Amino acid sequence: MSISVLKPGLLTTVQDEGRLGYQHTGLVVSGALDALALRTANLLVGNPPGAAGLEITLQGPTLRFEADALLALTGANLVASLNGQAVPLGRPVAVRAGAVLAFGRPKASGRAWLAVAGGVAVPVVLGSRATYLRAGLGGLAGRALQAGDELPVGEWSTIGRRLFESLRPEAPASGAPARWYAPASPLASPGAPLVVRALPGPEYAQFAPESQRAFWEENFSVTTEADRMGCRLSGPPLARATATELLSSAVTFGTVQVPAGGQPIVLLADRQTTGGYPRLAQVISADLGKLAQALPGTRLRFQLATLAEAQALYLAQERRLRALARAVHLKSLL
Amino acid sequence: MADSLPLVRLYPLGDAAVVLELGQAIAPATHQLIQAFRKVLAQRPLPGLREVVPAFTTLTVYYDPWVLSQASEALPYEQVASYLQRLLPAAQAAATAYVPGPLVEIPVCYGGDFGPDLGLVASHAQLSPEEVIARHAQAEYLVYMVGFAPGFPYLGGLDAGLATPRRAQPRPLVPAGAVGIAGAQTGIYSLPTPGGWQLIGRTPLRLFDPGRAQPSLLQAGDRLRFVSISEVEFQRLAHVH
Repeated sequence: MSISVLKPGLLTTVQDEGRLGYQHTGLVVSGALDALALRTANLLVGNPPGAAGLEITLQGPTLRFEADALLALTGANLVASLNGQAVPLGRPVAVRAGAVLAFGRPKASGRAWLAVAGGVAVPVVLGSRATYLRAGLGGLAGRALQAGDELPVGEWSTIGRRLFESLRPEAPASGAPARWYAPASPLASPGAPLVVRALPGPEYAQFAPESQRAFWEENFSVTTEADRMGCRLSGPPLARATATELLSSAVTFGTVQVPAGGQPIVLLADRQTTGGYPRLAQVISADLGKLAQALPGTRLRFQLATLAEAQALYLAQERRLRALARAVHLKSLL
Repeated sequence: MADSLPLVRLYPLGDAAVVLELGQAIAPATHQLIQAFRKVLAQRPLPGLREVVPAFTTLTVYYDPWVLSQASEALPYEQVASYLQRLLPAAQAAATAYVPGPLVEIPVCYGGDFGPDLGLVASHAQLSPEEVIARHAQAEYLVYMVGFAPGFPYLGGLDAGLATPRRAQPRPLVPAGAVGIAGAQTGIYSLPTPGGWQLIGRTPLRLFDPGRAQPSLLQAGDRLRFVSISEVEFQRLAHVH
């Protein structure tokens, strides 16, 4: 079972939940920029949430399914179609062998995640299938997809097989989506800045009061240097009130660090494990997925949250995900 | 224990990590306490702990708030923070019985094409290149932490006389294995990256190899010594590794 890559798209990589357990060796975690979106797509096709799928950036790939498949797409609407028919987001779609999945010109910028039943079965490197481009590690030969690649697909779960049978399209090389779907988290309304909730970071108190105020009250825009490592922002200059030397310490997904130039960087999936820049703030886990949609040009605003709120939001998100897993299981039994 | 309490701070790094700050400056004693804490935590793990990342003065503990929420109604952060607080006396006791880490020898071919800045470091230090090599290879270094890039060691112990400012213009690409000096630090590039350190030599060893069960050659706590080798020896070792 495999998927042929006819066109690779702008930047399509194999990702999962990331390479955990090696940060003490300096190994970058990587993984999906919106782990919740990938986990949701996985659950919709009966996969364990940590199975590997594809992360699609702006212009999606063209893929031909060489065998019957069950797929789900989550994230931004990148105008996917299967043999010319629109593919709805957030639901399982049964696909017959020979069908071609293509993407059009997206109306808005963004990223999407594609899960297939069985998962993308590239070799596991240090506990994960995630691609880390800078070190050429994991994924398909450590790089983004290229035309002519063949993506191996793993073993389907019983849930995946049952869902496929219940949807099974009659015509060869066609697809059939389920009538039910997983509610997606709302994306930013067009025109309004993306609001991202954050906690004060370890060095927050060292920043000048004016910088603290500007951070919460002003808008920032995502620069063209934003990539999977970090979302580089431009906005009012932010400065510490002290010049004390900082010693390198851990940074994580969502850490807002401020280099000497005063323009903040929000660290993302391909972040380094430690850093020496002051950590002004930390984006809450429940809002990390929003950053995945913050491509260059996006306006962004930070909103102060408390640790108790952040943890309650994270737990609510996890409960919804577990409820979805149960619902998909029930649907597969119908 | 009371006299050491003011040195210790616990604070969140977001909603899924706790930072344990065990000192204020780069010092072997702080490093030993961090290593002892890692050991105690590994022996007495708390369900829901994901991984720990040691740094110069901190130990950052990543956790899964969901797993902790299944065990208690208390805020997951509070559960982890109070657990770490309770382990502190055991860690302090373990630090007094600290056993130094293994000594790792790093073969380095100094100077020439491998160390294009050796002459500059020598003239800055007012030493001959041979004296720079002798002093660099004489010292025993301590791996305080591994970070910045996969397998990149932060080393303590550079002879103060060898301290040299960074290059004004960083090189667009420094090869993996390059050994350099930047200010009072010395280090080894683990992956090819842009970099501004003064390069004095290169090791044929691979500091990071994803094909190894332990991908990083060096671990926090290791001791390190550079061994000067010839270019012929470099080429031979490069084939082996």
